[in-house]
Amino acid sequence: MKRREAVQYISLLLGGTIIGTSYFLEGCKSKTGVSMAFTPDDVSYLDEIADTILPPTKTPGAKAAKVGQFMTVMVNDCYDADDQKIFHEGMGKLDDFANKTYNDSFMKLNPQQRHDLLVKLDGEQKDYMAKKKKEDPTHYFRMMKELTLLGYFTSEIGCTQARRYVETPGRFDGCVDYKKGDKAWA
Amino acid sequence: MADNTYDAIVIGSGISGGWAAKELTEKGLKTIMLERGENIEHVKDYVNATKGPWEFPHRGGRTQEMIKTHPVLKRDYPLNEMNLNWWVDEQKSPYTEIKRFDWFRGYHVGGRSLLWGRQSYRWSDLAFEANARDGIAIDWPIRYKDIEPWYTYVEKFAGISGSKEGLQQLPDSHFLPAMEMNCVEKDVSARINDHYKAKRMIIGRTANITEPLPGRTNCQYRNKCWLGCPFGAYFSTQSSTLPAAMATKNLTLRPWSIVTKILYDKDTKKATGVEVLDAETNKTYQYFAKIIFLNASTFNSTWILMNSATDIWPDGLGSSSGELGHNIMDHHLGVGASGTVDGYDDKYYYGRRANGIYVPQYRNILGDKRDYLRGFGYQGGASREGWSRNVAEMNIGGDFKDALAEPGQWTMGMGGFGEILPYHENKITLDKNKKDAWGLNVLAFDAEWKDNEKKMRVDMQNDAVEMLQAAGVKNVKGHEGDGTIGRGIHEMGTARMGSDPKTSVLNKWNQVWDAPNVFVTDGSFMVSANCVNPSLTYMAMTARAVDHAVSELKKHNL
Repeated sequence: MKRREAVQYISLLLGGTIIGTSYFLEGCKSKTGVSMAFTPDDVSYLDEIADTILPPTKTPGAKAAKVGQFMTVMVNDCYDADDQKIFHEGMGKLDDFANKTYNDSFMKLNPQQRHDLLVKLDGEQKDYMAKKKKEDPTHYFRMMKELTLLGYFTSEIGCTQARRYVETPGRFDGCVDYKKGDKAWA
Repeated sequence: MADNTYDAIVIGSGISGGWAAKELTEKGLKTIMLERGENIEHVKDYVNATKGPWEFPHRGGRTQEMIKTHPVLKRDYPLNEMNLNWWVDEQKSPYTEIKRFDWFRGYHVGGRSLLWGRQSYRWSDLAFEANARDGIAIDWPIRYKDIEPWYTYVEKFAGISGSKEGLQQLPDSHFLPAMEMNCVEKDVSARINDHYKAKRMIIGRTANITEPLPGRTNCQYRNKCWLGCPFGAYFSTQSSTLPAAMATKNLTLRPWSIVTKILYDKDTKKATGVEVLDAETNKTYQYFAKIIFLNASTFNSTWILMNSATDIWPDGLGSSSGELGHNIMDHHLGVGASGTVDGYDDKYYYGRRANGIYVPQYRNILGDKRDYLRGFGYQGGASREGWSRNVAEMNIGGDFKDALAEPGQWTMGMGGFGEILPYHENKITLDKNKKDAWGLNVLAFDAEWKDNEKKMRVDMQNDAVEMLQAAGVKNVKGHEGDGTIGRGIHEMGTARMGSDPKTSVLNKWNQVWDAPNVFVTDGSFMVSANCVNPSLTYMAMTARAVDHAVSELKKHNL
């Protein structure tokens, strides 16, 4: 596909960073979407998954940035029917995995258990994505992780607290000193 | 009827239409500017310009609904959530692709002057002489000396930032101070220039102002240009030419005005006015004037000519040469290279510079000779990777999050813009079987690249790889996409100028040979494409044509 090319082209045109590179162009494939409804419980569940992927540190985590809600908007509006199905089924699979591993649902696990579980799942996702054939579907946890990163780092918290956002920089300095630990510009 | 009579009519309000309106009104002509789409008022209507990324529900991305309703726009970056209303409504304005042609249009006041990439480069005689030198198509009827004073004239008003380099193939403009390269670009540029013993890489020349101009604030480095600039810091109709034209009190702006034909009087052999279909009411109006400037954008200006004076010329006004609708050009792109840069972990930048580096053409000029004709330039830049980078050794969790919140590896990349030759058989025609929402026949596209462009693309990728490697960039990878014709959004040709009415549609003053009071000064007039971004040349040629038109009018020659 031309996505990579196009992303690079935008980067050139806009002179650098763009919003949501991983999502910008391939957002939706051209099939009519069948919306599957998310419940408020689903939003809480997705918030906790997101907060395990990007937890609070010195800066707020993904739950504070309302990433669960964001994921539902993106899946409803931007995913095609096949991907919506994978995502919804994936929510069940993730909980099955929790039950299998800890004999309890994900929501009942403590933060360390959640972390360990999703580390395993991320490993599985990486293996699958590396080996899969082009026409094979995306792994559901890959979807959750990508949406979490996009949703968090483009949120107000992700831009103004996790990173640094200056709406109107006023000038360009092409060469400033950088110390390890300084945040990126949003 | 008297109410509908002006000294001049300008059809279209984009980059060239805005310039025509400014120049005509400043010379005292009562002028009406007809725009087919809605009005967009400067600043007031830039509704998304100051929003944070988080204020867009899909963070700028695309929904299934957008994809369904924009079958052309979805092919590349223009389909996005942030300025969707400034791209054409494809359901209302379809077109026919005999061969695939990506046509990205903006139907509103200001046209694509609100959306353009703003890179601004002069042509040189190496480009104006290219057709004659290579025996391709026809010779340009002008040379650099004809356009040079007009480049200076428009640059002083529009505001072009850049650096003086003294390059023969890329004459210096009248510049505002250049934007700065970042540390890595400076280093890469120095190494490349040293390696090739030539000035290969310079800062981009852009219509973003680096010092204030009347009514406009200098660039604030927000990099949100295509949402409209509340500071008026880049050249657009709204920020620049429209306020100047309005200040004369000689301009009437009429949005929602689709010009369906130019009215032609076969006795005087001149145009008398235009017919307008009101896009909102579907009522038809006529407007009359001594001079008509056709600036409806490349292809749409030709569409209007094709629909005009058909009782005399079945294929339309300007078709007597057999060249109307022919010789479609664009720039081919989507090919280049990128890699990573070590050693600058303690360096960063401040501000979002809406500009990059530029590598002017060096192939097939100044002693170089390849197995294809013409050449290409590159645009690119260096930056540090953001949160979407791959962090291979990390999975999830707090350390992962904090690492992504810091800038990543420096990368440097560039992509080529290559010249497409003017092939007679690359053409648009009227599709008599398909109509738009107003019942008007649409255009059919039949154009493609050929062997010359394909050969050039091999160099475009290999040269980029070689150049970056020569500069010490690591992990250099070339890339090439399909980059369909049209994707450059630099449409040119279909009503070319020339010295002979048998082989050209316009004379050297942009006048239609068959109706000398009709001037076409958008990209339609181009005879060859060169490899530089074309808009600055449209500006200069428009100002030049208006000067000629008004002087001829005073001499009672029009």
